[in-house]
Amino acid sequence: MKRFKGFIKKEFYHIFRDKRSLFILFGMPIAQILLFGFAITNEINNVDIAILDHSKDATTNEIINKIAASEYFSIKQMVTREADIASVFQKGQVKAVLNFEKDFSKNLIKDHKATIQIITDATDPNTANTISNYVSAILQQYQKELNKDITIAYQIVPATRMVYNPELKSVYMFVPGVMTIILMLVSAMMTSISITREKELGTMEILLVSPLKPFQVIIGKVFPYIFLSIINAIVIVMLSIFIFNMPVQGSLVLLALESILFIISALALGILISTISATQQTAMMISLMGLMLPVILLSGFIFPISSMPFPLQIISNIIPAKWFIIIIKGIMLKGVGLEYIWKETLILMGMTVFFIALSVKKYKIRLE
Amino acid sequence: MSISVSNISKSYKDVKALQNISFEVNEGELFGLIGPDGAGKTTLFRILTTLLFADEGSATVADYNVVADYKKIRNNVGYMPGKFSLYQDLTVEENLSFFATIFGTTIEENYDLIKEIYLQIEPFKNRRAGKLSGGMKQKLALCCALIHKPKVLFLDEPTTGVDPVSRKEFWEMLKRLQQKGITILVSTPYMDEAELCDRIALLQDGKILEIDTPQAIINHYPKPIFNVGANNMYQLINSLNDYEYNHSVYPFGEFVHYTDNRSDFDPKTLKDYLESKNLTDVVIEKTVATIEDTFMELAKPSFSKTSEHNVK
Repeated sequence: MKRFKGFIKKEFYHIFRDKRSLFILFGMPIAQILLFGFAITNEINNVDIAILDHSKDATTNEIINKIAASEYFSIKQMVTREADIASVFQKGQVKAVLNFEKDFSKNLIKDHKATIQIITDATDPNTANTISNYVSAILQQYQKELNKDITIAYQIVPATRMVYNPELKSVYMFVPGVMTIILMLVSAMMTSISITREKELGTMEILLVSPLKPFQVIIGKVFPYIFLSIINAIVIVMLSIFIFNMPVQGSLVLLALESILFIISALALGILISTISATQQTAMMISLMGLMLPVILLSGFIFPISSMPFPLQIISNIIPAKWFIIIIKGIMLKGVGLEYIWKETLILMGMTVFFIALSVKKYKIRLE
Repeated sequence: MSISVSNISKSYKDVKALQNISFEVNEGELFGLIGPDGAGKTTLFRILTTLLFADEGSATVADYNVVADYKKIRNNVGYMPGKFSLYQDLTVEENLSFFATIFGTTIEENYDLIKEIYLQIEPFKNRRAGKLSGGMKQKLALCCALIHKPKVLFLDEPTTGVDPVSRKEFWEMLKRLQQKGITILVSTPYMDEAELCDRIALLQDGKILEIDTPQAIINHYPKPIFNVGANNMYQLINSLNDYEYNHSVYPFGEFVHYTDNRSDFDPKTLKDYLESKNLTDVVIEKTVATIEDTFMELAKPSFSKTSEHNVK
């Protein structure tokens, strides 16, 4: 036990004396959560648009005013000729142009039909889509006002209600994802690097020629990171509660236990990586390419798994992060208890046991 | 018997690192493995410290088999690898107490053993190990390898990259440790250090050329050996190499060690030859062979393959 304590003390010295690892440990979680929370968002706000109004009558004026009054758009310029539209887009000044046809009011009254062309800059397809949806919504609203005296015989009224995230805040989606990424990164990458560093510097040789048992070395290596990862998880949850006003609906204890389970599975992966890589560089590359990318792309964090091609959906099942994201979304957003997420928890547990067994088996008690 | 090696062989892919090595080290002996880089010294150390498996043969350390009883060996030996292998970001004191802890002991418990060495680095005990000089690092590494009072001490090239004064001090320490009953197996590429060992094994290309006391090895040198000096060293070496009767020509400090392949060699004829090559101040005097001369002589058949700068 004394040996074990001495080993852990040494590990903490390493961590606190290396500025780089300290930064990864504590700077990155905060930076990432703030970045994802503030900068990367699916919502639109004050998008610059241009107007090409061929009719300039009462109706178009009213519509333009309605659009200008909304917080989503700000009218940057008025275009006078069809030919100018292309150049406006090329200059990148606006994201969309609204093109009102000639004799808009007249057509509306005479034919009961007038058209607006919405041209969007689809270099960013998500934004383009959102813009066109928002504009359509404003137009529909206006149309309703025009028709308020007329009753239409058959009418389907969709009443939409967004549950768990009624304001559609993207931070609700990012917090669980970022938490997963960070726990994975800190746990797996940092452990694999710290074990391979001993190999690279030759200290592993001395540790091997000592009475320390393999499991003492492994547990001594991972213990500090379990501790630091838990602190990280706490920091992330605090940030999301106090900065992004994202309440944790479910049990904090359950959330903590599930996080520890995930941390352990990531640590086991880290040990596994360290057994197959000889240098810190390799360990880092394998952690980044082999763990980070699947976690970001295939875990359902950013891209919904249900819309992936079938083979990728199958692959996503072997990624522990996928299950963890389901679990923490459940706890944080839906407030569910273990009775709803026991299946995912069990899968994650199975994976953890498998990784630990594999890494203990692969851990070398000699140099080759 | 403290260390017993019998018929050990080890290959890495195509390279035969060790071929049929056998030797024994007595208890309390200071035994040297002498050989150039790539001779197989480190591989042998790793096999004896249970870090590598030998392909063939067997070995025991402190009467424990290196394969079956590896755990016992790991409790009873001190190992100092060739590369500086302490934690550079830990201070001198932290390194030492860490190694004491993992061996289940404390600095105080075995302070006697390391006292003389530790006193020299104690003024720097709060300095990070990475910031120590080469000699200091080696002293610290030795302390760390000794802190659990091992029965056998393995030192792989402990003085490589260390200044001459520190090297001398280091060997004096080894002598003192030996008096405390610790068996020491040390490797070095420096031939002058070989003479400080009780017995040495000359190692070349994974084979043992000879095992004996340094004096006996020197006495085995088969030919009379001469110091040859002249005004121009470079030209002297060239002329000697061109000389048809030369047996060996090795630069040695300010002289060239020369042996002749005639049994009735008369230095006078060599002097005449060298003067005919426009060399002046020619000196030829008989000298005694060193370990280096012996090594060169023994290694000769394969010498053409290894370049001279390999032998430090």
